[in-house]
Amino acid sequence: MKTGYEKIYERPDTLLSTRMHYCPGCMHAIVHKLIAELIDEMKLQEKTVGVCPVGCSVFAYDYIDIDWQEAAHGRAAALATAIKRMLPDRLVFSYQGDGDLAAIGTAETIHACNRGEQFTFIFINNAIYGMTGGQMAPTTLEGMKTTTSPYGRLAKTAGMPLKMCELVSQFDGVAFAQRVSCNNPANVRRTKKAIQRAFEIQQQGLGTTFVEVVSNCPSNWKCTPEVSLQKVKEEMLPYFPLGVYKEPRS
Amino acid sequence: MGDIKFMKGNEALAEAAIRAGMQGYFGYPITPQSEVVEYLALQEPKHDFVLVQAESEVASINMVYGAAGAGARTMTTTSSPGFSLMQEGMSYIACAELPCVVVNVVRGGPGLGTIQPGQGDYFQAVKGGGHGDYRLIVLAPNSVQEMADHTMLAFDLADQYRNPVLILSDGAIGQIMEKVELPDPVTTKIEKPWASTGKTPDRPRNVITSLYIKPEDMEQKNIELQAKYRKIEASEVRFEEYLLDDAEVVIMAYGVTSRICKKVVDLGREKGVKMGLLRPITLWPFPVERVAQLAAQERVRMFVTAEMNAGQMVEDVRLAANGRKPVYSTGRMGGILPTPEEILDFSLQHMK
Ligand SMILES: Cc1ncc(C[n+]2csc(CCOP(=O)(O)OP(=O)(O)O)c2C)c(N)n1
Ligand code: SF4
Ligand SMILES: [Mg+2]
Repeated sequence: MKTGYEKIYERPDTLLSTRMHYCPGCMHAIVHKLIAELIDEMKLQEKTVGVCPVGCSVFAYDYIDIDWQEAAHGRAAALATAIKRMLPDRLVFSYQGDGDLAAIGTAETIHACNRGEQFTFIFINNAIYGMTGGQMAPTTLEGMKTTTSPYGRLAKTAGMPLKMCELVSQFDGVAFAQRVSCNNPANVRRTKKAIQRAFEIQQQGLGTTFVEVVSNCPSNWKCTPEVSLQKVKEEMLPYFPLGVYKEPRS
Repeated sequence: MGDIKFMKGNEALAEAAIRAGMQGYFGYPITPQSEVVEYLALQEPKHDFVLVQAESEVASINMVYGAAGAGARTMTTTSSPGFSLMQEGMSYIACAELPCVVVNVVRGGPGLGTIQPGQGDYFQAVKGGGHGDYRLIVLAPNSVQEMADHTMLAFDLADQYRNPVLILSDGAIGQIMEKVELPDPVTTKIEKPWASTGKTPDRPRNVITSLYIKPEDMEQKNIELQAKYRKIEASEVRFEEYLLDDAEVVIMAYGVTSRICKKVVDLGREKGVKMGLLRPITLWPFPVERVAQLAAQERVRMFVTAEMNAGQMVEDVRLAANGRKPVYSTGRMGGILPTPEEILDFSLQHMK
């Protein structure tokens, strides 16, 4: 039947039709969609095990139709380490927020990277603790107001925001590290490419792969989704520059 | 017939884990259990298991979570301060119903304590050191032979009930060398259709989780867990008796102290006092019924518990005896082994 419309996109099979709990404009939802698209395109559903964090994405297993394990807060890298060691032919990724990966789970993150554990970190850096209502994160920008830094983050007492891509790319065990964002359509496409590269490098067994997504949290940044994208561009990206920080040695 | 070897308790446990088909070991060094990871590190190239020296006990227990969730037979071993660090993980593992074996070769505490043997972690082991209502199956070996046998049993119980099993040993049993008949290697593999290994078209996705955000769901999960615990209580109580048939004084002890108490019973009988020993092998489930039966017998005058702590198991004995007979507690703290004479004197004084 001719409708005058041409189908150019549809929901990836692996993305379940469950209604997501994410706030409008939240990049968690976009990254979920990209992961689901890649799992479809790379035919990975039967081979993939994901690890959920504690954070806003704690229910990722309700949205992406793959096998999952739900970790304690900060421990996703320890789970992913063991899953990949037990099932070396599977594709394993952890999906973690900044509080999860770079505060309570810093030790697990760094040691997994240093050992070169063969899984992919997907790191959603929204500079805040989204799930618990907007407290200061290790990545909160200097001067940024949160519920636990109501007068703005003070570098003198809280230190400067942690740059995880720069940090992990120092380790020999890390084969690939890239920082991306989803603040415009071109960057969404780059994010998908970066995750795809990470998955491919994982499958080649070259080392740890790390994709940091500079993200947003309109609800706790207390702004509209539109303004949150402006803030990503004007405030986040100057401090967290996009780019490839580590490439596999050819 | 298995091999007969002369080994340390910790080594026998490690060897038995290999024979039980352990696929993943994750641990962090701490005295007096380091021989386990050292032994396994030596054996690793000859066998088909993965060994990771984790960055902390927090990491090792969460690696155990991940490996168990992936369907593997997995184990970690530690000693008291390390077991404290694992408590969050124990609670998650219990709720996610992941089979695994955790070993605590107990030393004297609290705090950094001493590296000498202790039994101060009884409460933490049997009452749940982590948050929420959960239970571990707790085995208490008292010989190098049992370090090996309990390891085999622990892996089986863990798989049978999808529950973490804790081997609560102590620095003495871990370190002594004795003759041990090693068990034959396990060859059968258990099917784990619930494991998270990659979703195949024939089944819905598997999710290993302890998150039940709706209180009704969380309550239902608790109801299921409690039903499982009642089943374990009904089927898995294990204990050993020594000269209890005519005993007037029932000594109760586990682990290294139970060996000392066998001597107490012999010394007491030489003096004409009819003593007997009841040694719980499972600390949870506790031999509640056996204690209650003994407490109900007219000839039994009293119970004496001997522990290397300030008196922890004594509370479970009192609950089981339910006021029918007096229950006295003795022992030493801080990593000191009580002597048979100390325990005997204490018992005789309380008979007057
Ligand atoms: C041991 C422990 N401490 C604290 C918490 C509370 N908690 C839940 S999520 C979270 C932070 C989440 O922030 P992030 O990881 O940045 O994820 P986001 O929600 O921003 O995506 C905290 C502190 C917890 N669940 N467990
Ligand atoms: S609170 Fe923030 S991170 Fe969480 S779903 Fe809402 S916008 Fe996204
Ligand atoms: Mg965050």
